[in-house]
Amino acid sequence: MKYKSQQVAYWFFALSMLLLALQIIYGFIMGFAHMGYDGLHNFIPFNTARAVHTNLLVVWLLSGFMGAAYYIIPEEAEQELVSVKLAYVQLVSLAVVGVVAIVGYHFNYWEGRKFLEIPRPLDYLVVVNVLLFLGLILATLFKGKKRTTTSLVLSMGLLFAALLYLPGMIWFDNQTMDSFFRWWVVHLWVEGVWELIMGGILAFLLIKITGVDREVIEKWLYVIVGLTFISGILGTGHHYYYIGTPRIWLMIGGVFSALEPLAFLGMALFAVAMYRKGEKKHPNKVALNWTLGTAIMSFVGAGLLGVAHTIPQVNLYTHGTLVTAMHGHLAFWGAYAMINLAIISYTLPNLTGRKLYDTGNGALAFWLSNIGMLGMTVAFGVAGVAQVYMERIMGVEFGIVQQEIQVHFAILIACATMFTAGICIYMYEFVKYGRPSEEAMLNS
Amino acid sequence: MLSKSQARFFFLGGTIVSFLIFLGLSWKSLSDDVPRQTNAQNLTPEVVRGKHLWESNNCMGCHTIFGEGAYYAPELTKVMERRGEAYVKLALTSKTPWSPRGRKMVAYGFSDAEAADLIAFLTWCGNVDLNGFPAKPKYQQLSTNQ
Ligand code: HEM
Ligand code: HEM
Ligand SMILES: [Fe+2]
Repeated sequence: MKYKSQQVAYWFFALSMLLLALQIIYGFIMGFAHMGYDGLHNFIPFNTARAVHTNLLVVWLLSGFMGAAYYIIPEEAEQELVSVKLAYVQLVSLAVVGVVAIVGYHFNYWEGRKFLEIPRPLDYLVVVNVLLFLGLILATLFKGKKRTTTSLVLSMGLLFAALLYLPGMIWFDNQTMDSFFRWWVVHLWVEGVWELIMGGILAFLLIKITGVDREVIEKWLYVIVGLTFISGILGTGHHYYYIGTPRIWLMIGGVFSALEPLAFLGMALFAVAMYRKGEKKHPNKVALNWTLGTAIMSFVGAGLLGVAHTIPQVNLYTHGTLVTAMHGHLAFWGAYAMINLAIISYTLPNLTGRKLYDTGNGALAFWLSNIGMLGMTVAFGVAGVAQVYMERIMGVEFGIVQQEIQVHFAILIACATMFTAGICIYMYEFVKYGRPSEEAMLNS
Repeated sequence: MLSKSQARFFFLGGTIVSFLIFLGLSWKSLSDDVPRQTNAQNLTPEVVRGKHLWESNNCMGCHTIFGEGAYYAPELTKVMERRGEAYVKLALTSKTPWSPRGRKMVAYGFSDAEAADLIAFLTWCGNVDLNGFPAKPKYQQLSTNQ
């Protein structure tokens, strides 16, 4: 840590940890409900649990990205944040909007549009919050001495993410139009601008951890984010196959989304190549695990498992089944959860001054959570494929199929328990680091 | 080898070209094809009220419509065709959780008017041209239980 204001990042990360813990609890509620144990139905029906689970996911990831930006931008721009006080205001207001939304979901206060359940009035508060965040980041960047590619790509990702939130706020009478613009948020986030954020954070981590020359890393960063947009923008078409939009999207979406894994493959190859090339080996092994891990797991979860159902002929049968949930879990985990855990693992020793670089707990958390998540992916996948064959190909009724596949949710819960054990250890380590301190600054 | 400025050009150029093509295709879809495929002229006030109810109760948090939503409860695009109006009305107006196979739905207890709006919405959805989704199962004989 070189600049005192970077400390703000710590509190965004702490908020992330808290929300992740809650997200997991609601995941278990749904897992048990799928297994037939729906004792909470009267208080937390499935749709509440689901909205809470996915919205907490998005909010903790965003909080992590914001923390990452508050850490990275001052360091890259060589400039203290323009206002620490406003950054704390932004943190608290983010937490308040998040909590109000989550509580509202328990009282039927929402807009049932998958992933965008936050009601319109709260959307405006989100917009104000994000404007404040962007204002602070961009002002720091432009006041700073340097504008590196890494910081530009990261800021561009954050800025576009904010802009793309807006089409999701428009009301349409027509369900097809509603869905059409919902994907401008959901798809163009995860398969577009969030990849810029991920790429920016990944480049920062690789520069710090491997010591490879910045020029080399940043050149490849441009190539990767170029591939992302060239495939991902028109790849939006893979959500326009079967929602009342014309057939042209079957071809456009099919071809371009099939190219999307290239960007993730690029990230994986890039991270491994830079690791091999770098002569300086940073002692923070935990951060290194998560950095290489995210590059590889995002390729598996988003790239391979995405392409597995992106061809229109396949998607006709898998569309809206548990196959989608399988891919959703490993993609979000591999790409965006892990990049957050990577930047947190890298920054914590620098923020707090405690150098827990290579602990057994750190490794255990990494392996338990990853193997657990892979097991969950397999469980969802087996349930999903069975569902597709029975319901969509054999024509067995939905409810009967669900009873047949209940057993896979027992496996899901077993694997989720392992995953959760990993996350608990990660959080235990997080707490053990203690708070950010002034000495940490003097030491570095 | 590729230089950094060439890489930047690849990124900016590729992004701008892709985005322009995307906007063009979106414009064409939304202005010509979508109104036709969705029978936009049939979006009556009942259908629109039904959509409001669909959203304000987060039906998509358990069901899918056009294959989008959650995987806890059945896909509803063709529900009117599959079950008929009487059955759907019963599920919507029930004061106790509807649970034909043990899995419970929220007991909304909608009024007759609200149920009619939701049924209008679902009927409209069922008539949208979805390019063949949901596909007819290849082996229909096992499908039982109306
Ligand atoms: C990190 C990147 C990604 C994340 C976080 C992600 C996540 C998700 C999620 C959550 C859904 C469900 C969306 C919904 O139904 O509302 C979804 C759907 C889908 N994803 Fe991804 N995805 C990623 C990348 C990809 C890639 C690269 C591909 C293709 C190569 C892909 C192909 C698909 C397809 C075809 C669907 C539609 C499934 C259906 O029809 O039900 N995804 N993705
Ligand atoms: C203890 C761990 C977890 C369990 C038991 C769990 C379980 C579930 C269940 C049962 C669903 C609902 C599927 C349906 O609609 O029927 C779901 C949805 C989802 N979960 Fe999890 N989850 C867990 C952790 C996570 C984590 C760590 C992430 C992200 C990294 C995640 C991301 C998602 C996403 C994106 C969806 C929506 C998927 C879609 O619509 O296709 N979950 N989860
Ligand atoms: Fe997508």
